[in-house]
Amino acid sequence: MLEKLIFGRYIPGQSVIHNLDPRAKLLASFYFIGLIFLCNNWQSYLLAFAFTLVVIKLSGISLKFFIRGVKPLIWLILFTVILQVLFTKGGTTYFEWGVISITQFGLMNGAYIFCRFVLIIFMSTLLTLTTAPLALSDAIEYLLRPLKVIKFPAHEVSLMLSIALRFVPTLMDETEKIMNAQRARGVDFSEGNLAQRMKAIVPLLIPLFVSSFNRAEDLAVAMEARGYQGGEGRTKYRKLQWRMKDNMVIIAFALLTIGLVFLRY
Amino acid sequence: MQIEFKQVGFVYQPNSPFEHRALKNVDLTIQDGAYTAIIGHTGSGKSTLLQHLNALLKPTEGQAIIGDRVINKESDNKNLKSIRQEVGIVFQFPEAQLFEETIAKDIAFGPKNFGATDEELGDLVKESLEMVGLDESYMEISPFDLSGGQMRRVAIAGVLAMKPSVLVLDEPTAGLDPQGRLEMLEMFERLNKEKGITIVLVTHVMDDVVNYADNVVVLEKGTVVKSGSPKDVFDDVQWLKEKQLGVPTASEFALKLIDKGLQFDELPLTSKELAAELAKLSVKKAGDASC
Repeated sequence: MLEKLIFGRYIPGQSVIHNLDPRAKLLASFYFIGLIFLCNNWQSYLLAFAFTLVVIKLSGISLKFFIRGVKPLIWLILFTVILQVLFTKGGTTYFEWGVISITQFGLMNGAYIFCRFVLIIFMSTLLTLTTAPLALSDAIEYLLRPLKVIKFPAHEVSLMLSIALRFVPTLMDETEKIMNAQRARGVDFSEGNLAQRMKAIVPLLIPLFVSSFNRAEDLAVAMEARGYQGGEGRTKYRKLQWRMKDNMVIIAFALLTIGLVFLRY
Repeated sequence: MQIEFKQVGFVYQPNSPFEHRALKNVDLTIQDGAYTAIIGHTGSGKSTLLQHLNALLKPTEGQAIIGDRVINKESDNKNLKSIRQEVGIVFQFPEAQLFEETIAKDIAFGPKNFGATDEELGDLVKESLEMVGLDESYMEISPFDLSGGQMRRVAIAGVLAMKPSVLVLDEPTAGLDPQGRLEMLEMFERLNKEKGITIVLVTHVMDDVVNYADNVVVLEKGTVVKSGSPKDVFDDVQWLKEKQLGVPTASEFALKLIDKGLQFDELPLTSKELAAELAKLSVKKAGDASC
C-alpha cells in the first residue's frame, strides 16, 4: 500500500545530481516551481519539459519512476484539469450547456495546468529521489539560519526535522508490524464500510502512539546521556560544501529563466 | 492442521528499484502436532516465511497449502479469517500490539473478531491468562501499567485465546529474564504435548532448539538448506560452524572433552544427554579400575 508511493523516497546513487550540494538542489527546486508560472505558451512549456527531462536523464533514474510518482495524484490532477476545461470562458466556443462550456481557452488552460502539475511533481520527486533525507535537513538548517535574527529556533526546527526524517522508515516498519499482528488477531483493515474501517484503525493507532511516546522518552534520555545540551556551541560532522558544479546549477537556471522570459514576451 | 509449502518464493516490491527477493524455492512441511524450529541468520527470510503461514503474505511463486486451503499468487484476500484463527502468530516483541483499556478486553479482542460470544469470552480470557501464568486479579488492569515481561505474557495470552491449532512464535523469549524464558518455553512445550498444538518456533538460541523441537529447518538467503530432526542437523558440527549458526552448549562442551581424549557413542545435544553419556563413561571407568 505505502510502497507504491514513490514521492518522498530516496534512491542512493552516484550521479551528478546525487552529488550536488543539497542546498543547491533545494533552492533550485523551489525556484523551478516559481519559474513554471512564467510559462504561458506551448514553446515555454516545451522548454521547461526539455529542461526537466535533461535533468532527469542526468540523475540516471529511469523516467518510468517519475511517471509512476504522478500516478497516485492523477485523480487530483484530472479533477483540476476538468474543472478548468469546463468552466473557463473565452476564445472559440466548441460546446455550451448552461454554465458548462468547452472553449478554446478552457482547453488551453487545462493542458497548461496539467503540464504544471506534472513538471512540479517531476522536479520535487527528483529532489527527494536524489537527496538523502539527512542532507536535506542539513540544507534546511543552513537556509533557515538567517532567520535567527528574528529569534526563529533554526537549530531546534532542523533537529526535529532530522529526527522526524530518521524515524519515518522506522515508524513505517512499526506500522507494518502492528498491522500484521492485528491482522493475525482477526482485524480486517480493507473490508467493511467507512465506520467499520475507522474502528479497525484504533488497534493500530493506539500502539503506534504508545510506542512513539516510549521511543521519544528513550531517545531523549539517550541524547542527554551523550551530552546533548541544545544548539549552542555545537560543531558539525557533516559539512556542506559548495563546489563548482553547484555554480553550474545557478548558471543552468539563469539560462532557463532567460529562455522562459524570452519566450513569454 | 498440516502446512505444506511447495516451491514457495516471495519477492518484496517486485518491478521496482526496491525489489528484494526474500524466499526462493522453499519446500517445507509442518506436520500436524509437531514442534518445528526455524533457525537461520538475521535476514535469512524467517520472518517472511512466518507471514506465509497464515496468509498475511501470499507467495509470489509456488503455493502454500494451509490445512485444506491453497494459497498462491492468485488467491484473493477474502475469507482468510478461518486461516488466521487456526494459525496464531506471536510476532517479535508482541507487547507492541496491546491497545485496549484493560487486559481482559485486549485478550478478548482476537476471539471477538472471530465471532466468540460474550459468555465464551469470559472463560477464554481467564483460561488464557492462567496459561501464561497470570491470575484473575490482572483482568481489570490497563496493559500499559505492566512490566515488559508481563506485557509479553498478556500479548501471548491474546493469541492463545483465539484457540489456534497452530502456534507460530517469532523469538518469543527475546529480552526476557532467564526465569521468564524458561517458564514460557515450558508452557509452549505443554501446549504441544498436552493439547496437541502444532508449534513453529523461530529462535537464535540453539539450546532451545535441541531441548524442545522435533524438527529443525535451517534457512539461508531465503532457501531451506537443511531440515530434519535436531540430531540430523546438529550432527555436522563443521557445517554449522561454517554457516556460523552456533552449536548447542552441551555439544560445544562435549567437543572440548573429545579434544581432551574422551570418547562418546554419539554427540550429545542437550545437557541431559551429555550427563547420561558422562555417567556411562564413569561407570565404564569404574569397571575398568576394579578389574
